[in-house]
Amino acid sequence: MFKGVPILTIITFIPLLAAVCLMILSRLAPAEGKAQIAKNAPRVALVTTLAVLGLSLLLVLNFDTTTADFQFVENVAWLGGGINYRMGVDGISILFILLTAFLTPLCIISSAKSVKSRMLEYMVAFLVLETLMIGVFCALDMVLFYIFFEGVLLPMFIIIGVWGGKDKVYAAYKFLIYTLLGSVLMLAAMLWLYYYSGQVLGAENATTNIVELAKLDIPLGAQTWLWLAFFASFAVKMPMWPVHTWLPDAHVQAPTAGSVILAGILLKLGGYGFLRFSLPFFPDASQYFAPLIFWLSVIGIIYTSLVAYRQTDMKKLIAYSSVAHMGFVTMGIFALNVQGLQGALFQMISHGIISGALFFAVGIIYDRMHTREIAFYGGIVKYMPMYAALFMLFTMANVGLPGTSGFVGEILTMVGAYQVNPWIAFGAAFGMILSAVYALHLYREVVFGEVKNEKLEGIKDMSIREIVIMAPLAILTILLGVYPSLITDITAVSVDALLADINAKLAGG
Amino acid sequence: MLYKIILFAPLVGALIAGLLGRRIGDMTAQFVTTGLLLLSAVLSWFAFVQVGYGGETQEINLFRWMDVGDFKANWALKIDTLTAIMLVVITTVSALVHVYSWGYMKDDPGKARFFSYLSYFTFAMLVLVTSNNVIQLFFGWEGVGVASYLLIGFWYKKPSANAAAIKAFVTNRVGDVGLALGIMAIYLIFGSVHFDEVFSQIADKKDLVVPFLGMQLGAIELIAGLLFIGAMGKSAQFILHVWLPDAMEGPTPVSALIHAATMVTAGVFLVCRAAPIYEAAPFVSGIVTIIGAFTALFAATIGLVQNDIKRVIAFSTCSQLGYMFFAAGIGAYDAAMFHLFPHAFFKALLFLCAGSVIVALHHEQDMRKMGGIYQLVPVTYILMIIGTLALTGVGIPGLGGFAGFYSKDAIIEAAYAAGAAGHNAPAVFAFWAGLAAAAMTSFYSWRLIFMTFHGKFRGDKEVLKHTHESPFNMTIPLVILAVGSVLAGVIFYDQFMLYKDTGFWGQALPEGHGKHKFPLWVLWAPVAVTFAGFVLAWSMYIRANGTEKRIAAGANGGGGIFYKFLLNKWYIDELYEATIIRGARKLGDLFWKIGDIKIIDRFGPDGFAAAALAGGKKLSKLQSGYLFHYAFVMLLGLAGIIAYVSMKAAG
Repeated sequence: MFKGVPILTIITFIPLLAAVCLMILSRLAPAEGKAQIAKNAPRVALVTTLAVLGLSLLLVLNFDTTTADFQFVENVAWLGGGINYRMGVDGISILFILLTAFLTPLCIISSAKSVKSRMLEYMVAFLVLETLMIGVFCALDMVLFYIFFEGVLLPMFIIIGVWGGKDKVYAAYKFLIYTLLGSVLMLAAMLWLYYYSGQVLGAENATTNIVELAKLDIPLGAQTWLWLAFFASFAVKMPMWPVHTWLPDAHVQAPTAGSVILAGILLKLGGYGFLRFSLPFFPDASQYFAPLIFWLSVIGIIYTSLVAYRQTDMKKLIAYSSVAHMGFVTMGIFALNVQGLQGALFQMISHGIISGALFFAVGIIYDRMHTREIAFYGGIVKYMPMYAALFMLFTMANVGLPGTSGFVGEILTMVGAYQVNPWIAFGAAFGMILSAVYALHLYREVVFGEVKNEKLEGIKDMSIREIVIMAPLAILTILLGVYPSLITDITAVSVDALLADINAKLAGG
Repeated sequence: MLYKIILFAPLVGALIAGLLGRRIGDMTAQFVTTGLLLLSAVLSWFAFVQVGYGGETQEINLFRWMDVGDFKANWALKIDTLTAIMLVVITTVSALVHVYSWGYMKDDPGKARFFSYLSYFTFAMLVLVTSNNVIQLFFGWEGVGVASYLLIGFWYKKPSANAAAIKAFVTNRVGDVGLALGIMAIYLIFGSVHFDEVFSQIADKKDLVVPFLGMQLGAIELIAGLLFIGAMGKSAQFILHVWLPDAMEGPTPVSALIHAATMVTAGVFLVCRAAPIYEAAPFVSGIVTIIGAFTALFAATIGLVQNDIKRVIAFSTCSQLGYMFFAAGIGAYDAAMFHLFPHAFFKALLFLCAGSVIVALHHEQDMRKMGGIYQLVPVTYILMIIGTLALTGVGIPGLGGFAGFYSKDAIIEAAYAAGAAGHNAPAVFAFWAGLAAAAMTSFYSWRLIFMTFHGKFRGDKEVLKHTHESPFNMTIPLVILAVGSVLAGVIFYDQFMLYKDTGFWGQALPEGHGKHKFPLWVLWAPVAVTFAGFVLAWSMYIRANGTEKRIAAGANGGGGIFYKFLLNKWYIDELYEATIIRGARKLGDLFWKIGDIKIIDRFGPDGFAAAALAGGKKLSKLQSGYLFHYAFVMLLGLAGIIAYVSMKAAG
């Protein structure tokens, strides 16, 4: 269907194009026209992002699940010196594109109502963000990847910094410090890889092509350092314990849609990075460091779950719970077996949906009451029965109830980890108990009980707009929980190929 | 098709009542859910006859669920005798509870929601018992847990109900960790999670030893142990029993359906379903026997002194479940299932009768404020006596008796037989514990009857003026349950216990141990201790009323301390509160305020900032706008470096 059409480039850059058009129009327009454009910006953004969603769906429908080769590949000479503009997707990346394309329109719909200032700029920021996020998952060239991967942070900084809460500067700063440190090291490692490819393949063949680089046999000693350099960047993005403390602050300060994207997509960049770089490039080092990752994951799961339980701010609680859920992802990836990897991929997609829904849920009552203090609420089921029902669904999904997508990722990653080390699965299973503790605690304090705060009297149940946002998330949560093959069938071949590749390299080395 | 209707009818009802309840109104929601459950119940009896008497078993695959590597499971229905029994129990009690709730929940504003939850629970329970693999079983297992959570906390305005709901869910989750690890161990050891595929390989893996948490354990024993941890949570066995008494915060029909007849028996069902595994795991089976027997005894001791009418019955349930477990532990799975079957009827009957009393007395549950009301609620009184006779197992050896007489005595006899066969200390313990618990069962059951219905009324006299018998829609289900409580034993004894001749169980359970000859005293002992319990209760509460008060008051003597110890449920809740719950809170605070803020942030980003600030005051102007410029410039710089380097490399 897409023969000869650079479909990935189209999907990636449509939002950017729309953003640029909006900005130019606004620049050129007279004063009263500017207001008009700002008012219509959400509509433009919505149409654009829905178009991206439609194209992404077509992309997935046309995706061949029988091959592990990259598909829809584009390759254009770019900076010279082997640095090309190279795009392509496989079973590991394609679903992240769909997830991004799915969440962004929901964010636009939500923000059109809840954002009160600088609507045009906000929409522009989101459109640029979408381009960069999709770009990360399409890029098959290291330099291209790096630009998208780091660039994604800029609109995010702006969204937090301009539309964020009162401590936004501190939050943005903390976020910056962490990621900066990681990305500098990753950059150095990428440069090294580039040089190394020149050494092995000959200077004129030096490349930043991810597919070619994955074929290189990198000496053991070098693998260790390179792995650590990449790890520094990905661990921060996940985030893994103990480099997670930027996330709760960032979430608390970010506007609702910012949190949704942060939890839904940006947290997946680290996991994707491990799958795209660490595992295929440095299989020996990955195996060597797997126990370290395991323990960091399990400590992270238990530690952050307990911290989540003690939070007084709804968003912080969900943010810490996200860290715990990402622990399952890293645990699954480094189990280096099919259940672990498939589970990690599934958990990332599923968490994108569930945590997105939870942040929207917080946003819904925040828009009404302008506080996220748990203690402020209580008993709102009396006025918001529909909200209570949906919030219950997502709470249970967050707890990992079988029949919701949350369960599939958790059980698969644990099955993966158990095969390597029962201790790890045991520790992670402990997280199953703790997630019930903090999630039900939150639900009880906010939704159940008597209405004690008179400001809550007559609080309105969900609007049509909010239902439109939450309904697709709810449907997907259950659909993927009951029929997870929708995802695992797409990821299967690529995961199998990745594992075969790693095992061949490990056996060879 | 038959089985699909049985399974999905309750789900359809739950969805209609839950999603459309507001639109269609409470009446329609009630009507739809109850109607669909009655349908499901009637069909279940057909199925029961087909499978149990016709020997028809089948496996229906619906569609794929998990499919990752060899880790495969379908949504499926496995129908054998074990399942058929559970189908009958679940749908019958559930249908009757639905009907009863028309009356019991008459004035509740959340009726549609209530019926939706009840039907959803029934669906989840049916999924649990029809599953052909451990993962689908886990779906049902957690599903009933959620239903239980929602129904315990049904009156969400009550803080105590919310707390009880969370306690139930979390305690069950502790057990579920065991079950989840059991699933993983099963997969790792057998390469499958499908029951039949697992069972067929047991003989090959019998001597396999696997590492687990630093230990070397027999593979089969490990699996049996992990599954049992799950069973302990769901079936409220000692250590994980603490949630069941608190679960009485839920509406009484819920207690009858979930916390007496069905959900709490899921653990027993699991052990029986996995019987081939337990057959090959003698050590863990011994533990099952000991925990079951101890729970039977332990819960009965607490039941002796409780004053809340529902809590007495709750501890009784806990104790009876103990019986079922020790039966399974000694390999008498048939006896365990046989007790499960009538127990569902008479325990549901007792709860619903208690509900009838509670409604009659305007939601009074404290037996100290009851008494002498048997003339006001005669139907309830008679039915509750029938329930008590069934529970305490009244009957005459050789002639016959109430349902519990057959089923409980079958368990006690099986324990005797296993003990007499030698080398089975747990079975000997179980036999004596079972006998002692039978005596206590009789005592607390009659104590309940006497305190509730006999003597002088001790509550507010105003209440008494409005006390009247419950309406028909509440008493008719009670009558049906009473019929079951009387007849279930005598009708089904041969089928369940003498199946070598009838072929009732088919392939569902391992070969039984056959019929034994018992010494006369073994046959008469349960009857004797039951009678003794009755006499003691009668002498304490009818003849010399006030004996209990005197014991309680004797705080200086040994009796008072012992009484308080039992009244406070062996102080186990307090122990958990002081250690685990406070510990979790403390750790959470420690990790957050010390770990994250004082250590990680201080030496991480904040320390960085402090150093930077000390270096140059300029950075104090670090405002949002500057930050972005800074980041942007940085990015451009890095991109420039790459470009430069690449040009150079290209030559």
